[in-house]
Amino acid sequence: MSRPQPHHPTALDIAGLETVYDALAGAIDQAGPDKTELFLVKLAMLNADALADPERFQRLLQAALQDL
Amino acid sequence: MHQPSTEARPSIYYHYQVFQPWLPTEHPAPTRQQVVIAGAGPAGLVTALELARLGVPSLVLESELQVSQGSRAIVFTRRSMEILQQVGVAERISANGLPWRFGNSYYRGQRVFRMEAPHEPDDRFFPMINIQQQYLEQYLIEACQASPLIELRWGNKLVQVAQQPGSACLTVDTPAGPYQLDTAWLVAADGARSGIRSALGLQMEGASYEGFFVIADIRIDLPLPTERLAYFDPDWNRGNTILMHREPHGIWRVDYQLPAGETPEDALRPESLKQRIDAQLAMIGHAGAPWVMDWCSVYSARTLTLPDFVHGRVIFTGDAAHMLPIFGVRGANTAFQDAQSLAWHLAFVLKGLAGEALLANHSAERVGAAREIIDEAGKSTRFMAPPSRGFRLLRDAVLSLSLSQPFVRPLYHWRTSRPHEYSASRLNSPGDDNALFMAGPAHGAPPRNVRLAANDFLLDHLGGGFDLLVFSDAPALPQPLLQVVADNRARGVPLRITAIGARGPVAGADQVLADADGHCRRRYGVPATGAAYLLRPDQHVCARWLTLDATRLQAALNTALPQ
Repeated sequence: MSRPQPHHPTALDIAGLETVYDALAGAIDQAGPDKTELFLVKLAMLNADALADPERFQRLLQAALQDL
Repeated sequence: MHQPSTEARPSIYYHYQVFQPWLPTEHPAPTRQQVVIAGAGPAGLVTALELARLGVPSLVLESELQVSQGSRAIVFTRRSMEILQQVGVAERISANGLPWRFGNSYYRGQRVFRMEAPHEPDDRFFPMINIQQQYLEQYLIEACQASPLIELRWGNKLVQVAQQPGSACLTVDTPAGPYQLDTAWLVAADGARSGIRSALGLQMEGASYEGFFVIADIRIDLPLPTERLAYFDPDWNRGNTILMHREPHGIWRVDYQLPAGETPEDALRPESLKQRIDAQLAMIGHAGAPWVMDWCSVYSARTLTLPDFVHGRVIFTGDAAHMLPIFGVRGANTAFQDAQSLAWHLAFVLKGLAGEALLANHSAERVGAAREIIDEAGKSTRFMAPPSRGFRLLRDAVLSLSLSQPFVRPLYHWRTSRPHEYSASRLNSPGDDNALFMAGPAHGAPPRNVRLAANDFLLDHLGGGFDLLVFSDAPALPQPLLQVVADNRARGVPLRITAIGARGPVAGADQVLADADGHCRRRYGVPATGAAYLLRPDQHVCARWLTLDATRLQAALNTALPQ
C-alpha cells in the first residue's frame, strides 16, 4: 500500500533532526499540558506560513494523520 | 380569529404607530390579485415598491399592526442604499443614520485587526450605515402608502395556501374572521420562521451552528466613534465573542455569545443581562457607566437556503428563502437584493414580456447568491463561534498568534455582505464584447457609481427598467438602433437611453450626461466612442459592446427576456 510521503527538496540532516527533536520536546514541556495543543496548532500555523504552499501542507497533514 | 396586539410595542427611542386592521367585513368581496405579498418586512416592502415602479400593483398582508419589535437589522451596506435609493427611501436613511467604514477586532486588550472599507469619491453612499429596522420599515411603509399601486393590509395573517394551476387561493385571517383571496402569484416574505415554507413542507439545505448569541440594545453615553467593535475571548466571557455597534439615538448594540449549555431563557434574565453588560463595559474602560435596556433577543447562527425559491405560484424571498448568520450583515442586505431581483423578473413575466423561464432565472441567480453567502458567512461563523474542537483550537491559535504575527490577522475579517455578480446568468448576452473590455463592470456585475458633479451621481439617473448607456460623442444616435429601441418600447419593454460623453444634445437619447473629463468612460472601461452597456432593471450588466449595433442590441434583449 502506498502511503503519502512528505515530499521535501531539502530534508533535515541527522544533526538538524536531533536538534528539532529536542527543541520541540522541550517546548511542549514548557507550554505545559493545558497549553500543548494550542502551542502545537500555533506552531503548525507558523510552519504553514513559512512553507507558503497549501498543497504541500495538505500532504504533510495527511502524513501526520497516518498511524495515529 | 387572528388577534394581533393593539398595544404599541415598548421602546425608549421609537414611537410605534399602531395601524387599524383591514377588515373584510368593511370592504366589498375581494377581487383576484396579480401579486399578494405576505409580510411587510424589508423584503416584502421593497418587492412591492419595485413592482409598483414597474407598473405592477400588489397587495401586502401583514399579520401585525405595527413595525418590527426591536432594532433587529441595524447595518445597511452601500449596495443596499443604492437599492433603497431606487425605491425612494435612501435620503431619509442618510439623514437619520450613522455612516461608518472602520471595524476593529480586539484580543487581550490589543487591537489586532482594523478593517478599512474603501470609500471613493465616486460613491454616493458610505460602505455601511447604521439605523434601526423600525425606521427602515417606517420609511418603506410611507413610500408604499404614497403609491397608488400598493395596498397594505394590517392585521391580515395568511393562514392557508391552496395552489391551483395558474393561481393560489389564500385564506387570510383577520380580527373580524377569515376571508379568501385569489392571486396569480404569492410572494412569501414572511421571514425566517416562514409559515408558508412550513406549510409547503419545504426543506432548507445547509448548516445550523450550535451556540447562542444575545442581542441587547442599551441606551448609554459612550464617547466612541461609529465603528464596528469585536472582542475575542475576553476575561469575563472566556472563549466567546462580543460585538458592539453604535445606533442612532444614543443606543448601542451589545451582542455576546453565551457559554455552551446556557439556555436562552437563562441568558435573558435581567440580572444575567446586567452582569454581562456591566462586565463588557468595564472591560472597555467604562465601568459603572449608567445604561437602560431597550430590547433584547437571542439568536443562533444558521447558513440555510431553499434550493429553489419558486414553488408553483409561491415565490420565497428574504429570510423566508434563506437564513444567514448576522456576521457580515447578511440578513436584510441580502433581502434587498432578493426583492429587487424578484420584482423585475416577476413584473416582466406578468406583463407577458418574458416567459416563466425568467422566474427560474431569478431563482437560479438568487439561490446562487445565497450559496455564495453561505460559503463566505460560514467562514466568518466558524471563526466567531467555532462549531467543533478543531475549529476552536485553530481559532484560539490564531488569536494567540495575532498578537505578534501579522499574517494571521486577515482571518479576523468578517467578509461583509456584497452584491452577488451574476457572471454565469443565462440573461448575459453571448454575442456581445464582454470579453474584449479591459475594465469596467463585466457580465452580471452590479453597476459602478460615478460622481458626475456635486451631489450628482450616475446611479441617480438609472433604474425603473432596462438602461442602455451609450458612450458616444455624436450628436445623434444611429437610426437602426433607435428603431430597435422603439420596437421594444412598443411591446412594453421599459428601456431608457442615456448618452454619455457628448457636448450637446443627442438626438434619440432620453438623457445626456456630459462626462467632460472622461471619468465615467474610464470607470466603464470604454476605450472609444460607440461603446455601450445594457443594464437590467436591477442595474446588473447583461451586455456590453465596444461598438453597439442594432442587431446585437435586439439579440441582447432577446436573451435577457427569454420566452
